Amino acid sequence: MAYITCKDLAVGYNKNAVASGLNFTVNKGDYICVVGTNGAGKSTLMRTLLNLQSPVAGEIITGDGLKSFEIGYLPQRTDTQKDFPASVKEVVLSGTQAGSRRLFYSREQKERAFKNIKELGIWDLRNRSFRSLSGGQQQRTLLARALSGTDKILLLDEPITGLDPSAASQLYEITDRLNRNGVAIIMITHDLAAVEHADHILHVDKNHNFFGTKIEYMNSEKWKLFQEIEEMDRDGAAG
Amino acid sequence: MEQLAKLQNYMNYPFVRYALLVGVLIALCSSLLGVILVLRRFSYIGDGLSHVAFGAMAVGTLFKLTNDTLFIMPVTVIAAILLLKSDRNSKVRGDAALAMLSVGALAIGYLVMNVFSTSANISGDVCTTLFGSTSILTLSHDEVMLCIIMSAITVIVFVIFYNRIFAVTFDESYAKATGINADFYQTLIAVITAVIIVLAMNLVGSLLITALLVFPALSAMRVFDSFKGVIIYAAVISVVGAAAGIIISILASTPVGATIVILDMVIFAVHNVIGKAGS
Repeated sequence: MAYITCKDLAVGYNKNAVASGLNFTVNKGDYICVVGTNGAGKSTLMRTLLNLQSPVAGEIITGDGLKSFEIGYLPQRTDTQKDFPASVKEVVLSGTQAGSRRLFYSREQKERAFKNIKELGIWDLRNRSFRSLSGGQQQRTLLARALSGTDKILLLDEPITGLDPSAASQLYEITDRLNRNGVAIIMITHDLAAVEHADHILHVDKNHNFFGTKIEYMNSEKWKLFQEIEEMDRDGAAG
Repeated sequence: MEQLAKLQNYMNYPFVRYALLVGVLIALCSSLLGVILVLRRFSYIGDGLSHVAFGAMAVGTLFKLTNDTLFIMPVTVIAAILLLKSDRNSKVRGDAALAMLSVGALAIGYLVMNVFSTSANISGDVCTTLFGSTSILTLSHDEVMLCIIMSAITVIVFVIFYNRIFAVTFDESYAKATGINADFYQTLIAVITAVIIVLAMNLVGSLLITALLVFPALSAMRVFDSFKGVIIYAAVISVVGAAAGIIISILASTPVGATIVILDMVIFAVHNVIGKAGS
């Protein structure tokens, strides 16, 4: 049984579907890239998967022992966090609250947080202020937070936006490594390079969604479309 | 020396000791809440709510309620909850709703006081309610007890739910996604804020409450990098500022509220310089 099975899922706000007819599954160890144009409903889909809003239609079936709070995620950075006084340790520790009823951190929670801080190579930064970190370091801190709550599914929303190329490639290295260790990755992305790392692709496009393996995707019309859109975006950005 | 003797003399009066105790407790609670409100971009909620409390106080006086607080408190708490709700499912945006509520309540309060007041010194009454002046020195035993109980509740809530409050303040969506009941903690913070604001009206009056909320928080954020550091340090400087402010105002016969706020401003200016030098 898959972690997540979506059947004819439609997502949107106030009963208005932004994207509909979504059929896909997320299994243990999958690496799925979610692509599509701006406004296609990728972020809305993410919020729906995280239980932050209800589906407009269809259903999300969880299985394989996945509990609702066991989807860790890496949000796009918000303005609030830019001047928030919090140490790396405090941020990562807060991730261990996922699904926990404890009000104070147990020794086990602290150990889990420290293990993830070390694994993501930010141990030396643990007492530094989150706001003083570089974009890549902040992303790693938030990844450590997510991993402190779950080792099953990680949802990443445009993770390399605003990162320099070396920080971006480091981030891909980390997600690849996590994926090899059995963490299912769902990555919303605009980056063509990200598709290289994935094994499945979900292309969200109004009613013409695509879900399949990377090879199937490369052979489909959607892949060409995606490349064209990205080129246009890049030209637009450059111009 | 002369000043010290004068102070010692004043300390013999229970109302002065009450004023110091209440001032310190309110400063402590408002600094804790202030850190949360500043970080959530709700700095002005204190201002809006205190105006609502002002309006409620005027209406309460109109109906000659024996205990104003029992009427002002629920009204302000409801306003706080409505404000937070309006911020989320927003037809009117949060800040606009706040602005409307704030000036609306102020106008109603002033009108009611002006038209229905039996007092000979209306402008004096209004001034007292807005700027606090002497009401801190005329606290009854019951009011002091209420303040002690409410402050204790605030501090206990902060200690018990500290980690949850951090998670919800740092990243509300993430907290929700990981099963934390963010709405509950939001409402809890709003209710406590409303309660503390009503109590703080005695100390600094309704126009100056925002200063108690934001200055200690902003000062602490200049020099501390961790959330825990900011919370604790904000509490310390807020308490020191309030105690010093009350003592100065007694010795120099200056208005209590304004003295505390100006001290808080000076403290902020100093920390701003330290923060810039440190970074």
